Amino acid sequence: MKFKTFFAQRILAWALTIMIGVTFIFFIPRMFPSDPVETMIAQMQSRSGNMDPAEMEALRTKLRVQFGLEGSLLEQYGSFLWNGLLHFDFGPSLMSYPEPVNNIIGRNLPYTLGLSLTSTLVAWIIGNIVGLLAGFRPKKRSSKIMEGIAICIYPIPYFLIALILQIVFAYLLGWFPIQTTLMTRGTFLQWLGSLLKGSILPGLSLLLVGMGWQIISMKSLASTTADEDFVLFARFRGISERKIGISYVFRNCILTQITALAMSLGGVFGGSIMTEIIFGYPGVGQLIQGAILQSDYNMILGCITISIVAISTATLIVDLVYPFIDPRIRYG
Amino acid sequence: MKKFWKVANFRLKAGLICTAVFVIIGFVVYYIPHINPFTFNTYEPKLGASAAHWLGTTSMGQDVVWLLIEAIHNSLLIGLIVALIGTVVGVLVGLLAGFVGGVVDRILMIITDTFVVIPQLPILILMTALMKGGSTVILMALVLAMFAWAWPSRQIRSMALTMKERDFIQVAKFSGEGTLQIVVTEILPYALTWSLSNFMNAVLSAIGSESSLAVLGLSPGNLVSLGNMIQWARNYNAIFNQQYLWIGAPIVATVILFIGLFMLITGYNDYLQVKRGR
Repeated sequence: MKFKTFFAQRILAWALTIMIGVTFIFFIPRMFPSDPVETMIAQMQSRSGNMDPAEMEALRTKLRVQFGLEGSLLEQYGSFLWNGLLHFDFGPSLMSYPEPVNNIIGRNLPYTLGLSLTSTLVAWIIGNIVGLLAGFRPKKRSSKIMEGIAICIYPIPYFLIALILQIVFAYLLGWFPIQTTLMTRGTFLQWLGSLLKGSILPGLSLLLVGMGWQIISMKSLASTTADEDFVLFARFRGISERKIGISYVFRNCILTQITALAMSLGGVFGGSIMTEIIFGYPGVGQLIQGAILQSDYNMILGCITISIVAISTATLIVDLVYPFIDPRIRYG
Repeated sequence: MKKFWKVANFRLKAGLICTAVFVIIGFVVYYIPHINPFTFNTYEPKLGASAAHWLGTTSMGQDVVWLLIEAIHNSLLIGLIVALIGTVVGVLVGLLAGFVGGVVDRILMIITDTFVVIPQLPILILMTALMKGGSTVILMALVLAMFAWAWPSRQIRSMALTMKERDFIQVAKFSGEGTLQIVVTEILPYALTWSLSNFMNAVLSAIGSESSLAVLGLSPGNLVSLGNMIQWARNYNAIFNQQYLWIGAPIVATVILFIGLFMLITGYNDYLQVKRGR
């Protein structure tokens, strides 16, 4: 297979995933009986008292245009793709009217990306090292303990780990703040300090779950590879265990693990959303929670479209890097 | 049975015992007559642990033990419904794609692949946010099932592709069995052994998704599930008021349930491998 074909196929799959995902987002609200515009108008009325009927009618039309509910279904779909997917324009947020949704998301997205990508990478590195050691020396007691811990942590949902960490380290021990609060007024260093302090527990909960899976998967890969003939042969040749571990077992396993990294990114993003909600971390997750509470549909649509694009793109990047790392794949 | 117990590995045994305990709590103990635990002010609120209330009572005067039992029952039920729908649809789609092949296969696989990679949680959030207030247990299960079929269908398809070439399928074909009969009598028994681990996995992830949505306040409000129970305790500041039994009970139960199910799944997979190897 030529690299170009691989590249084109991968890009096509990426575009297709995003398209189908966005199509879902478009059709789901239209399948449900509840009308977001009516819900919103009812909410505005309850907040600001009685409104002039003519004014309300004008508002209703304006909202319908903004939501893309005017025109035929096909026209609506077209304008949704054009505005939402290509320009990331989801209209104004209702929580903080009239600021556009994409501005707010743009402010919060870096926090989510920073938190989830950093903790995933660290989890991947630590998980692989521990998994390699455990798989390469499966008889050792420490290997068994590490695997046992991984098995006990991995299946638990992200938000539960976050909740347990919060109860133990923030409420009971009081080592960390219960909620993340950023110092927006002080100097850059103060801001950074508050960010780091607030990120430790959310990051740790993502790290633990991510690491659990990497340990389990690396361990089983490494123990299979360690039984292969070429490893046995290397032992007979008198090569040191250390060298066998690094350049025979590790190099063979790490390739599969890169794919595992790509696969895990989607889950991490979802986990990050949940973790942020538990800790009040100022990322996309908190936006989604606020938007749900206040029925801010523009915001929900915006956050969800952007998360689908972000996850698919991250997976695409890892997949495209893969052939450059694997020496067995050489495209002409 | 005795032989199975001898051959089974540690994880399978531990997982089996753990899961069995939960199934007994959820589907046997649950039917012991008791006052509906959801009703407010049945008992004195904020009681500590005692002989009458093993895990105390909530701030709304509910008995934590019975609330927990009801939550385990409902969570397992949702998991089972989702896993059942997901496995049945997944096996059917997978077999169809694998056996019919051609254009059908390609189209089905494009759809399946998209469902495998599409981020679940955002879409689940969107759907349940729209149903806010109006969702029921069945609706919730259907929504969760939307994402439960894709992975098994991929696996069953690849299994069907290799099975197709095996000798005994060829024999069946030559002896005049139709495709449908071959699929039902020859392939399905294999597919079912395989699907069992998928099934348990689906139970696990459905319960996980439901409780994640519950923390967002998107699970049906009148549903006593493990996730909702944690969320209610959080809402009523159980941690601040040091009612650790109230918030701790569902957390510990969920953690044990998940570890048990996961050990059961991995243990079962290992067991199958050993069995196939002999």
